[in-house]
Amino acid sequence: MDLSLTAVELGKKIKNKEISVVEAVTAYLDSMDAKEKDINAFITIDREGALKRAEKVQKLIDEGTLTGPLAGVPVAIKDNMCVDGMLTTCSSKILGNFKPTYTATAVEKLEAAGAIIVGKTNMDEFAMGSTTETSYYGATKNPWDLSRVPGGSSGGSAAAVSAEEVPYALGSDTGGSIRQPAGFCGVTGIKPTYGRVSRYGLIAYGSSLDQIGPLAKDVTDCATVLEVICGKDDKDSTSVEELGADFTSALVDDVKGMKIGIPKDYFGEGLDPEVKEAVMTAAKTLEAKGAILEEFDLSLVEYAIPAYYIIASAEASSNLERFDGVKYGYRTEQFRDLHNMYKKTRSEGFGAEVKRRIMLGSFVLSSGYYDAYYMKALRTKAMIKKAFDRAFEKYDVILGPVAPTTALKLGESLNDPIKMYLGDIYTVSVNLAGIPGISLPCGYDSKGLPIGLQLLGKHFDEKSIIRAAFSFEQTRPYKRPEYAVERGQKHA
Amino acid sequence: MHKAYETVIGLEVHVELATKTKIFCGCSTEFGGAPNTHTCPVCTGMPGSLPVLNKDVVNKAIAVGLATNCTITQNCKFDRKNYFYPDNPQNYQISQLYYPICRDGKVEIEVNGEKKWIGIHEIHMEEDAGKLVHDACTDGSLVDYNRSGVPLIEIVSEPDMRSAEEVMAYLDKLRTTIQYLGASDCKLNEGSMRADVNLSVREIGAMEYGTRTEMKNLNSFKAIARAIENERERQIALLESGQEVVQETRRWDDTKEYSYAMRSKEDAQDYRYFPDPDLVPIIISDEWLEDIRAKQPEFREEKKARYQKDFGLPEYDADILTGTKKLADIFEETIALDANPKKVSNWLMVETMRLLKENEMEPEDIRFSAKNLAKLIQLTDSQAINSTVAKEVFEKIFAEDIDPDKYVEEKGLKTVNDEGALRATVEQVIAENPQSVEDYRNGKEKAIGFLVGQTMKAMKGKANPGMVNQILKELL
Amino acid sequence: MQITDETIDYVGILAKLELSDEEKEQAKKDMSSMLEYVGKLNELDTEGVEPMSHTFSVHNVFREDVVTNGDDRENMLKNAPEQKDGAYKVPKTFN
Repeated sequence: MDLSLTAVELGKKIKNKEISVVEAVTAYLDSMDAKEKDINAFITIDREGALKRAEKVQKLIDEGTLTGPLAGVPVAIKDNMCVDGMLTTCSSKILGNFKPTYTATAVEKLEAAGAIIVGKTNMDEFAMGSTTETSYYGATKNPWDLSRVPGGSSGGSAAAVSAEEVPYALGSDTGGSIRQPAGFCGVTGIKPTYGRVSRYGLIAYGSSLDQIGPLAKDVTDCATVLEVICGKDDKDSTSVEELGADFTSALVDDVKGMKIGIPKDYFGEGLDPEVKEAVMTAAKTLEAKGAILEEFDLSLVEYAIPAYYIIASAEASSNLERFDGVKYGYRTEQFRDLHNMYKKTRSEGFGAEVKRRIMLGSFVLSSGYYDAYYMKALRTKAMIKKAFDRAFEKYDVILGPVAPTTALKLGESLNDPIKMYLGDIYTVSVNLAGIPGISLPCGYDSKGLPIGLQLLGKHFDEKSIIRAAFSFEQTRPYKRPEYAVERGQKHA
Repeated sequence: MHKAYETVIGLEVHVELATKTKIFCGCSTEFGGAPNTHTCPVCTGMPGSLPVLNKDVVNKAIAVGLATNCTITQNCKFDRKNYFYPDNPQNYQISQLYYPICRDGKVEIEVNGEKKWIGIHEIHMEEDAGKLVHDACTDGSLVDYNRSGVPLIEIVSEPDMRSAEEVMAYLDKLRTTIQYLGASDCKLNEGSMRADVNLSVREIGAMEYGTRTEMKNLNSFKAIARAIENERERQIALLESGQEVVQETRRWDDTKEYSYAMRSKEDAQDYRYFPDPDLVPIIISDEWLEDIRAKQPEFREEKKARYQKDFGLPEYDADILTGTKKLADIFEETIALDANPKKVSNWLMVETMRLLKENEMEPEDIRFSAKNLAKLIQLTDSQAINSTVAKEVFEKIFAEDIDPDKYVEEKGLKTVNDEGALRATVEQVIAENPQSVEDYRNGKEKAIGFLVGQTMKAMKGKANPGMVNQILKELL
Repeated sequence: MQITDETIDYVGILAKLELSDEEKEQAKKDMSSMLEYVGKLNELDTEGVEPMSHTFSVHNVFREDVVTNGDDRENMLKNAPEQKDGAYKVPKTFN
């Protein structure tokens, strides 16, 4: 079976009976077997469960019950989304044995559409990181260069798609965690508008910023998946029913008259010249197709990361309080009393980066500092949102890079947290403003590593960025990493 | 020599709202039940679970706020209060700090004929914690989350009370008001109403408040009164001996009648409140407020006045009948069945109160129905049973809510009005008690009472007492 | 901002984290540099700006007061590190 098929292409072949569901699932499971020792994109692979479900789904397709584009197509789920009965670790030791008895709404929706879950993907512990190196279960490697990081925190999902271990995957994005790894691994990912996809069952990092979204080989797959997983959920008060959720209708190769704003602040100091060139070339490509480009000052860009780290850490410090050794997960073996049990469990169960952010978050919320840090950050957030609102009065889409560089070497940023945080400069403000963003490949640097292009839209206007991304994509066919090509042939 | 001190008291009263489900999930709030059988991922703090607010909690909180003259915060929010404890599954409690639903209220109390307003600082909504039970065999604790997420309102008073009597009057006022609203049953002993007492003392005439302590674990009105007295004495003793009162939380032990500080170095009391990002703001429109205002029931004061005016009840009776919603409800339901208001009032004021006291019950525990009380009154009105029998039957109604018509029929308790039967019995009694007969004939009027009694006894209490008297006099 | 040992200990109590001496030194350094970094926000004039928790105007999301959940104890306790008699077991909380 051809592992380079997109999810929608595979879905069609299954529908047309060219490929059976079991065949497709087996092919991807075999692909994982062959590649996992190199890539380490997965924490859990559920061969038995996937094959059992493949047979069931095949029946439902055959009898005409399942007719959607994703029926029978395998999928991988980031390991911070609960799946009933399946290990869900958040890449942490503290949840090393946790098997939820309920399923995240987004995953439930995929299952109802006939998706086959083949496994749970590696990530930065509790989604805190940009490299997938903070995972308790070892780093994931970038299929474009195994000595490099896949980005993060959804690095497992991005690498799995890129290495063709799975046709598409779900990730989550709190400050760039879908878009940046998509960029580093040369795949496409969407961070939807906050509220577009239910967060029920997503183990929270920064609740006001977290959003689930798809990672896939192309824009069509992403739009198709998003259409399935979006919508108001009675279990998530912050999810909303909004118009404009017919994303696949925006898969149109036409940007004539589309106004695209290019924030000058995104092209300043710190941006790798090769990245800059590729992104500007992409802009010119869209211009050549009829889009109207204009540079502008977005402003406040340098304040986004500080505001983001205060808000995300504060929320995380509270969200992660529930991991205490009482109800689920890891509990330390020896303790003197209750509080000693809490402290030992958490100190042994969380990794360094998680502890760092919990400490920071607890501090900024503590008595005497709340106004100076947390409230200040919420005011900054309001200003950043306003800056985007102003920009979207003039532009349909904002265009820029996903990250200042291409994929870093393993270990390169771990010792300097602030350096790692600075890598999120173009992505975090999108979460603060709650707007949608898409990341897709737009070129390769001299080392052959993919470069990501980011397109941002106004609230609930994913369709504009899908349209622009689809139009751009038509000028550049999907490129597979050598690793996938070679391995794909060996196991064909 | 003691200086003259004044006690300054403020109360934090927690009331469990009488909703069917918990505040943020569809689990039942029913009391009892095996441990953890009313739980779900939300109220056990499972990863990825999210809260969704029960609308009825907001309705009930607004109703209480309006009844206590509060300003309703028309744009209110929930905050997280962070602290680690096993009864708190998320290790944060969803509560309200920055924008509580009600503010600046007041209620009027009366102590020894003097009226006084007690200010209400705020009322906020929050979730209750689970229950911890000590496990003696392993010296550990067991956690039951059945109560976790049961909706609470916390009513925070101003420090306006000066004595235990005022505290009792304030609590009683809150309790009847909330019961009348149907917002809670407010049972202190079952924990659906709980009060923490903030108390300080100061020399009379002082402008500044003294340092206050917070007293927890007060499970009855009596415990509250005892704890107030005890804490007042403790603080005065400290001041008199030149020491200072430490601001702290203390726990009352009612069996030992003393309190101790709940201090722990692991307890920083820094709750790091911040707006809960999982919940959205509540915007309460004028229409919504009006709707609740229009549905407010008749409260105690209005009811009391009406009972006096419409039914001619004495103030004392009207006060007791309206003292709990349960009594007032039974009173009104029985009247609605065409029973005479004064007679209904008598049954409630005398026999019902006596039985409640004997059985150590609260009016809320009354289980008999208005229908059976009305039937009983009908039986006495028609002289089908005499008053002695009626009391006996009422005890049955009180205990088991029996149907008095059936009961009287089955047990043959109807009054005997048959003169022939009565005369035969009286003759027999006269024959068996020659001494009493002689006493009576010698002018001892009282002796006839004994003979009536003997006759009643012989007729198992069912004789018509008027007729027995008449026949006796005639035969003697 | 200089972070002292006391601050680290205090935050450790709040966050229920116990750090080794080595970790403490690292935490002091990390937190100092992070706070210095996020202190950049002080450059920004936020006078008169309303703090924003949610970026869109959703409000009044409610559930009706209807019981939807039954007894699910077995599932709720499935992941418990220690349990007894249908309850989660923890070190004693009573003195």
